[in-house]
Amino acid sequence: MIQTLEPVIKEHPFFAEMPDRHLEFITGCAKNAQFDDGQIIFREGDSANEFYFLRQGLVSVELLIPSRGSTTIQTVGAGEILGWSWVSPPYQWHFGARALQRTRALVFDAKCLRQKCEEDHDLGYELLSRFVSVISERLEATRLQLLDLYGHRD
Amino acid sequence: MDIAIEPEIAARTGSDPTVPELFRIGRVKNETEDTFTLQLLPVAETTRISFLPGQFNMLYMFGVGEVPISISGDPADTSRLEHTTRRVGVVTKAMGLLRPGDTIGVRGPYGSHWPVTEEDGRDVVVVAGGIGLAPLRPVLYHLMSQREKYRKIVLLYGARTPEDILYKRELERWRGKFDLEVQVTVDRGASGWRGNVGVVTPLVSRAPFNPSNTIALLCGPEIMMRFAVIELQRRGVPAERMFLSMERNMKCALGYCGHCQFGPLFVCKDGPVFCFDRIASIFNRGEI
Repeated sequence: MIQTLEPVIKEHPFFAEMPDRHLEFITGCAKNAQFDDGQIIFREGDSANEFYFLRQGLVSVELLIPSRGSTTIQTVGAGEILGWSWVSPPYQWHFGARALQRTRALVFDAKCLRQKCEEDHDLGYELLSRFVSVISERLEATRLQLLDLYGHRD
Repeated sequence: MDIAIEPEIAARTGSDPTVPELFRIGRVKNETEDTFTLQLLPVAETTRISFLPGQFNMLYMFGVGEVPISISGDPADTSRLEHTTRRVGVVTKAMGLLRPGDTIGVRGPYGSHWPVTEEDGRDVVVVAGGIGLAPLRPVLYHLMSQREKYRKIVLLYGARTPEDILYKRELERWRGKFDLEVQVTVDRGASGWRGNVGVVTPLVSRAPFNPSNTIALLCGPEIMMRFAVIELQRRGVPAERMFLSMERNMKCALGYCGHCQFGPLFVCKDGPVFCFDRIASIFNRGEI
């Protein structure tokens, strides 16, 4: 029996209270994906035409530092949204992403969603207001990280 | 001027709570580059060891000074004390030079404790940052020893780097248990680190617990606790079921000197463990 993705999407807090017609469209842009331990999900600089809702596993968000290689700046785990470079031009990934464990995710076709958002501003507002929350949470976490909270206090 | 000694302090510490008892160093364990654990054994046969998770002792380095340090050992073990300390000041740096057989003065235990004995039947979420795991370790021992009394137990721990993680072996052992969820995150991952990277607060948002039946125990930098409290509130944990261990400059540990005043409270006497409900109005106020 083929199970529809709609209940899974509907239950996620990210999509809470989203009108059914939008959910229906978003569900049409989603598919299941699986990544093995160590598999690259996307590379820094590549076109950002997807975003991911992680259902299981752990993903490192990485930045390539010349002479130091890839450095993990953050990890994203089950229940979280991965990827928001698709929201704004030039629609390229600012960071890379790699699975640190076997990871299951829903992949959303962001290129399709972007076009639809241009046509339907209500959908655009619904989606972007949710992504603003994700971006603001990441910014808050990054600021805390920069504070070096657990550092030495001489 | 005579100082009235509160009966319960006198009972715990002997006739004069300002006089330390002598302990011998049993073992020194380096936890990280700048953090170590002292195992203390009583010198006098009459010295009793009894404390509640979350309490602290005043440790006296003779000729150097005295510092308040949380007790980090197992409350069920009445043969020794354990204190985990970071080398940050004159006294703790001197403590770092102690070797087995050396002696140290101990006054205590002092202060309030984590409320676990009154919270059977709930989920317990422990949020620790940096050396803040040390005052929480006794409560983790307690929770493990009484495992059947609690529902889910979740430990969320943030450290600076993988090298700064305290009690690595124990964390590994606890992580291997099926009845304890342990999640560790570091601010800066190193090559070879395959765990979480980032601050501890996002772990709160995805940790598996039932907010309506949870107590949360927090210890770490105040700013970390502030954001963890926001996240716990967002998930629906009420203020009266969040407990924070506060840190202020404690000197006498008896509520006499006023160094650790925290609004209308003294951290040494009324704390260090406070229900968030009690301190919400003064928590994170710059002037306090």
